[in-house]
Order: sequence, then C-alpha cells, then structure tokens
Amino acid sequence: MLHIFTDLLLAIASTVWDVLPIVIIIFGFQRLVLGKPVANRRKIIIGFVLVVLGLGFFLEGLEAALFPLGRLMAYQLTDPVFIAGDDVGRVLEWWDYQWVYLFAFAIGFATTIAEPSLLAVAIKANQVSAGSIGTWGLRIAVAIGVAIGIALGVFRIITGTPLYWYIISGYVFVLIQTMFAPRMIIALAYDSGGVTTSTVTVPLVAALGLGLAGTVPGRNPLLDGFGLIAFASLFPIMSVLAYAQLSEWQARRCNKKST
Amino acid sequence: MESLKAIWSAVLDSLRDLLPIILVISFFQFAVLQQPIPNLGEIVIGVVFVVIGLTLFVQGLNMSLFPIGESMAYSFASKGSLFWLLCFAFALGFGTTIAEPALIAVAREAAIIAANGGMIENSTPSMASYALGLRITVAVSVGIAIMIGVFRIIMGWPIQYLIVIGYTGVVIMTVFAPPEIIGIAYDSGGVTTSTITVPLVTALGVGLASSIKGRNPMVDGFGLIAFASLTPMVFVMGYGMVV
Repeated sequence: MLHIFTDLLLAIASTVWDVLPIVIIIFGFQRLVLGKPVANRRKIIIGFVLVVLGLGFFLEGLEAALFPLGRLMAYQLTDPVFIAGDDVGRVLEWWDYQWVYLFAFAIGFATTIAEPSLLAVAIKANQVSAGSIGTWGLRIAVAIGVAIGIALGVFRIITGTPLYWYIISGYVFVLIQTMFAPRMIIALAYDSGGVTTSTVTVPLVAALGLGLAGTVPGRNPLLDGFGLIAFASLFPIMSVLAYAQLSEWQARRCNKKST
Repeated sequence: MESLKAIWSAVLDSLRDLLPIILVISFFQFAVLQQPIPNLGEIVIGVVFVVIGLTLFVQGLNMSLFPIGESMAYSFASKGSLFWLLCFAFALGFGTTIAEPALIAVAREAAIIAANGGMIENSTPSMASYALGLRITVAVSVGIAIMIGVFRIIMGWPIQYLIVIGYTGVVIMTVFAPPEIIGIAYDSGGVTTSTITVPLVTALGVGLASSIKGRNPMVDGFGLIAFASLTPMVFVMGYGMVV
C-alpha cells in the first residue's frame, strides 16, 4: 500500500520534469523578448504548482487504480478462450467479438469524458462562445466520436483491412461535412480530434489494440496494434461537426415554428 | 465557508467526470468477466487520487495556463513583432513535444518495427538513434505546426484550406511511405498534444484572435491543436522514407 505514496512522489517529479521546458520557454520569452515581468506572478506560480500536483495525483491514481484493471480487462476480453465460449477451438469470425466492440465503444466514451485536455478546451470554448457551446454538449459529442472510432478501429484489427482505407475515406467525409457545417465550429471541431487522445485514453486503448493484434490469428502486434489512436482522433471531428449541424438545424426549425 | 462550498462542488464535478469509467470497468468486471475486483484498497486510493488530481488541475488551469497563454498573446500583439511571435510559437511546439513521454514510448516501438522490418540495423545504438531522430522529427513538425497555425490566425485564413492541403499531403505520403511506418505515423498525430500543451496553446490562439482587429476568437482562435496533430503524420512518413 505504501508504494502508492512513493509512486505519487515519482509521478509528481516526472510531471515537474515535463513542465520544465514549458516554464523555461514562457519565462525566457517573457524576460528576454517581451522585456517585462509576468503580471500576477504569485497567482500564476501557485496555479502552475496546482497543475503539476494535480497531474501527478491524476496520473498516479490512474496508474494505481484504473490502468491495471483496464489493461487486464482488455487482454481477458480479447482472449480467444473467452471469445469462443463453450465451443473452444472453432474458427472465430468478426461477429464473435461483440463484447470487444462494446468494451471498445464504452471505454472510448468513458475515458474521453475524463480527459483533462478536452475539459480544458471545452471550458475555453464555452467562455469564447459566451455559453452557446455547452461544455457537456461538446464533451459528449467528442466522446461519442471517440467511442465509434475505437469500435471501428477494433473491427479493422479483427478483419485485418488496411488502415489507410478508413483514414482516407474518413478525411473525405470530414471535408464534405466541412462544406456544410456552420463556420464557427470548424476550427474547434478540427482541434477536438487532437485533444481527445491524451493521458487517459491512450494507455487503455493501446492495451486493447496490442491485446487484439496479439490474439487474432494472422495479425502482427507490431504492425496491426497501431492505428486505434488515429481512429480516435479522426472520428471526433465528424461527431463535433455533426453536433453543430444538428443544433443549427434544430435552431432553424424552432425559429420557423415561432414566426 | 464560501470557499469550502466551491471546493466541494469542484470535487463533485471531478467525480462526475470519472463516473463513466468506473461504471464501464465495474460492468465488464462483474457482469461480463464475472470476477471480483483485486486489490480493492489500492483501487479506492487510486480513485481518490484521480479525483484530487482532476480538481487541482482544473483550478490551476484557470489560475495559470489560461491567463499566461492569453497575456503572452496580448503582449506579442502589442509588441507587433511577427518574427518573435513565430519564434515563440516554434519554441513552444518543439519544447513541449520533445520531452513528451507518450512520444518517447511511440518512438521506441517504431525503432523496434524498423529493425524487424530490416529498415535499420538490428542493434541497440542504431535503434536508439532511429528513435531519437524520430522524436526530433515529430518535435520539429509540431513546432512548424504551431508556427503555421499562429500565422494563419494573424492572416485570418480559413482553416479548412490549410487542413485540405495537410490531408492531401498525408494521402500522398501514404502512397510512398513504407507500409510498416504508416500505423505509427497516423498514431503520432494523436500522441503529441499533452495535457499541459493543449490549454496553453488554446489560450494563446484565442488570445491572439481576440487581440487582433477583425479576428473572431471562435472562428480564428481555435485550430492550433489541429495543425499539431496533422503535421507529425506527414513528417513521420517522410522520416520513414528517408531513413
């Protein structure tokens, strides 16, 4: 039990190490180029300390509680013995993996909701749009995108179809959607693709990908285990654009009714 | 009393953010795999840590990362030096990516794949230098991405044109890149943007767009992260072709 607390100190120390280059760049430019001290220095330093402590606690908590269980789960669910059920030894088809798809969908959704960088962007978008983009609306739209993306990515690993088919047709779809989407959402939607895959999602999703690629016959974990992150960063763009289109369409319908 | 209430509501918010993961993991553990939870004590401590961590992070975000990103954007805009602003953008992108732990892990995997595929010599020094080269490539590409993104905000170009160019680049590179590198390249786009970089860069973009006349923070301020997840794909495939 004690090791959790020593690990916590290590996690905080490694966060300090990660933050160091950022702090040097910010204070360096502030001093040498902008030539004036940082305003509200005390508050900003306290804020930085909170961010570092917060991330340290967050990462160590995930490492102590959720990641081991989630990783174990990913391996157990992809184990051919579990998937085949009573009928051990038969050839598995892609539809035999229903629990894996459900797990991929659910874990993609749940980890995205807990993702701190997405929360940060949602807070900012809410401020900038003066409340018209709700933090929960955006986060749920992104989470649905990640969930669908990961479930589809799992399907790709199981069937062994080439990654770039999906990614390139996804791009084409995003471009078509962009033409019809409200202008103000476009940049935010593109951002949400990169934001989603961070501290919480990547470790669990990577375990799922490697577990599957290691157990599905004919897949090479080194080659086929990758690509889930790419799905998780592509599909939220579509779901956020769709969310904006839906809310615009709904607003227009309400307007029509009231006039 | 007031502040205690505020802390309590922040803790509740964090708990709510975490609830879906707890539900999903419990459902699969009990209902699907039908197994008890091992090390329950550790897991409870871990969950408490995650809640404390998320609460502190959000507090710190509003006190430091957001204000500093915005105030630097205002300072650069009032100074009026495009050169130094672009330098800062590059340094921020490069500096935050080069030490990113997720990227270090991906680069190591990539070196193993390259060695197995016979693209490089199967020895520790050549794999280490391949991994380091890949990390520098990705960090440079993120630096360039933030730089282009900042330049776009200043010029007010619509983001979709640049994204189309980027996607076209990805598609063309996919045709020529060695197949072993494609999965890693696509994934590297997602791993570059860390939890500290995202709020800082977002605040920088929004701050710039609100301090420049004629720019709308909603339309022009976002999009920096989008570039930072696009350029690494192109650069990593390029790296796979050259090395």
